[in-house]
Amino acid sequence: MSDPRELYQQVIIEHNKKPRNYGDLETCTHHAHGLNPLCGDDIVLKVVVRDGIVEEVRFTGEGCAISKASSSLMTVNIKGKTVAEAEQMVAEFRGMIRGTLDTAVEPNSLGRLSLFQNVKNLPSRVKCAVLPWATLHSALHGETVVSTE
Amino acid sequence: MTDRASLLDVARIRQDFQALCTPFHGRPLIYLDSAVSGLCPRPVVDRVSHYASFEHTNVHRGVSTLSQEATDRFEEAREKVRAFINAPSASQIVWTRGTTESINLVAQTFGRQRVGPGDEILLSAMEHHSNIVPWQLLAEEKGARLRVIPMNDAGELILDDLDSLLSERTRILGVTQVSNVLGTINPVKEIIRRAHARNVPVLVDGAQGVPHLPVDVTDLDADFYVFSGHKLGGPTGIGVLYGRRELLEEMPPWQGGGSMILSVTWEKTTFCPPPTKFEAGTPAIAQAIGLGAAIDYLSGLGLDRIGGHEHALLAYATERLQAIPGLRIIGQAKAKASVLSFVLEGIHPHDIGSILDSENIVVRAGHHCAQPVMQRFGIPATTRASFSYFNTREEIDALVAGILKVQEIFQ
Repeated sequence: MSDPRELYQQVIIEHNKKPRNYGDLETCTHHAHGLNPLCGDDIVLKVVVRDGIVEEVRFTGEGCAISKASSSLMTVNIKGKTVAEAEQMVAEFRGMIRGTLDTAVEPNSLGRLSLFQNVKNLPSRVKCAVLPWATLHSALHGETVVSTE
Repeated sequence: MTDRASLLDVARIRQDFQALCTPFHGRPLIYLDSAVSGLCPRPVVDRVSHYASFEHTNVHRGVSTLSQEATDRFEEAREKVRAFINAPSASQIVWTRGTTESINLVAQTFGRQRVGPGDEILLSAMEHHSNIVPWQLLAEEKGARLRVIPMNDAGELILDDLDSLLSERTRILGVTQVSNVLGTINPVKEIIRRAHARNVPVLVDGAQGVPHLPVDVTDLDADFYVFSGHKLGGPTGIGVLYGRRELLEEMPPWQGGGSMILSVTWEKTTFCPPPTKFEAGTPAIAQAIGLGAAIDYLSGLGLDRIGGHEHALLAYATERLQAIPGLRIIGQAKAKASVLSFVLEGIHPHDIGSILDSENIVVRAGHHCAQPVMQRFGIPATTRASFSYFNTREEIDALVAGILKVQEIFQ
């Protein structure tokens, strides 16, 4: 990483400071606990799906700015989407971080989530960015614990 | 004058480390992570290379001159370790893969023999996972339980409780000489004396002790002393278990195989005396010889002078970092080795580590394989800078500038 500001953009710093949809949900239809054992990132995600739509989503947990901002922006972006659309975003987000999807040239639904693309140049932080998305994927598939190690 | 004479010639020493003399991604590398692994000085690299190029074969096998000379070099390295920690005999130095394997060996042999249902294994609150998990596995297997010597907010063990924690059921006490997170230097000699008064043997985890302190296992009266070669700037994959002679003799073998036997029939195998009894299979020969070279290198510099230089760096870094608003040093023991953990208000250690990395400053960010220590201080992780004999005040200045940059980005 030549300039850390390429990764730590203002949006990420701001979502880290004031994460959206942070907190618990008393009732939910899907939930999962995501862990990065190596670095200690830890997220609990709760989702309410009704009629195939992600109606509500909240998260709690500890983590670095990358994982927290990724969680926050994920919740903002999937709320109101269909489960199929959310799943597609999971796949696209993973593709972007792995370098198989170039968001600048290929059509995708990530929108401003593409600001995380610089994480792909920082292999040690890939897991931080992907953790909430892997946790969402698990929650939607009925797996309650996920580890990105 | 004498002060000057006792100082290390750091500029010359740095010439022995190619990583410090060669641009890394275009800029100088600032290595403040010796607690994770020590850099290998050139004599170690050269010694390993020379062995691999000209001297390599297997040891303790065959009648060839080549094999005999390899065996001699390998056993000379064992003798270097013996002298380095002042063990009575080289037969008490068992080669392992590292500290972790040494502790597992003791837990699976000595521990299995001695620990039964309802017994207790006493550990300190600042142990690395490697001195917790092997004992936890043993405790689960045997129906025994772990007990913990607590620590105060400065990161010092509370030894007032030690005598009451040493019960009639205590079968072993495990304690680290230096905390890998807090830098605390524990009074292991006193702990051993008090444990022995209750007939409790003591295993000392020296992984973070040997790089910083002159070690004398005889004076400490340790029953077991374990460490890893790579923390001393030796190769990875080699470590040491020192054991009291009677204990090593009583312990059953751990792994079976070649080398460790006197004779094998279908009915029965008899075993070599220690240390060979614990060294099944082909050992890490080049790594052992490399560790011998690392010990020669450190001994040449002098552990006392190394300690003096590192202590001065720690004092300087502590003063500079304490002056940064929002920074809190974790581990403020009176006796500390050159390990400095800190947290920054509102900024996760991984983000600090990544931004420092962009400045080519290598530190460790995380739980340091000591999650119970993190839990004790109510934090998920720390950033840790550790200083070695080749580090300079200028590198600490760069660390401070890096931390200020982190805070600026996170404003």
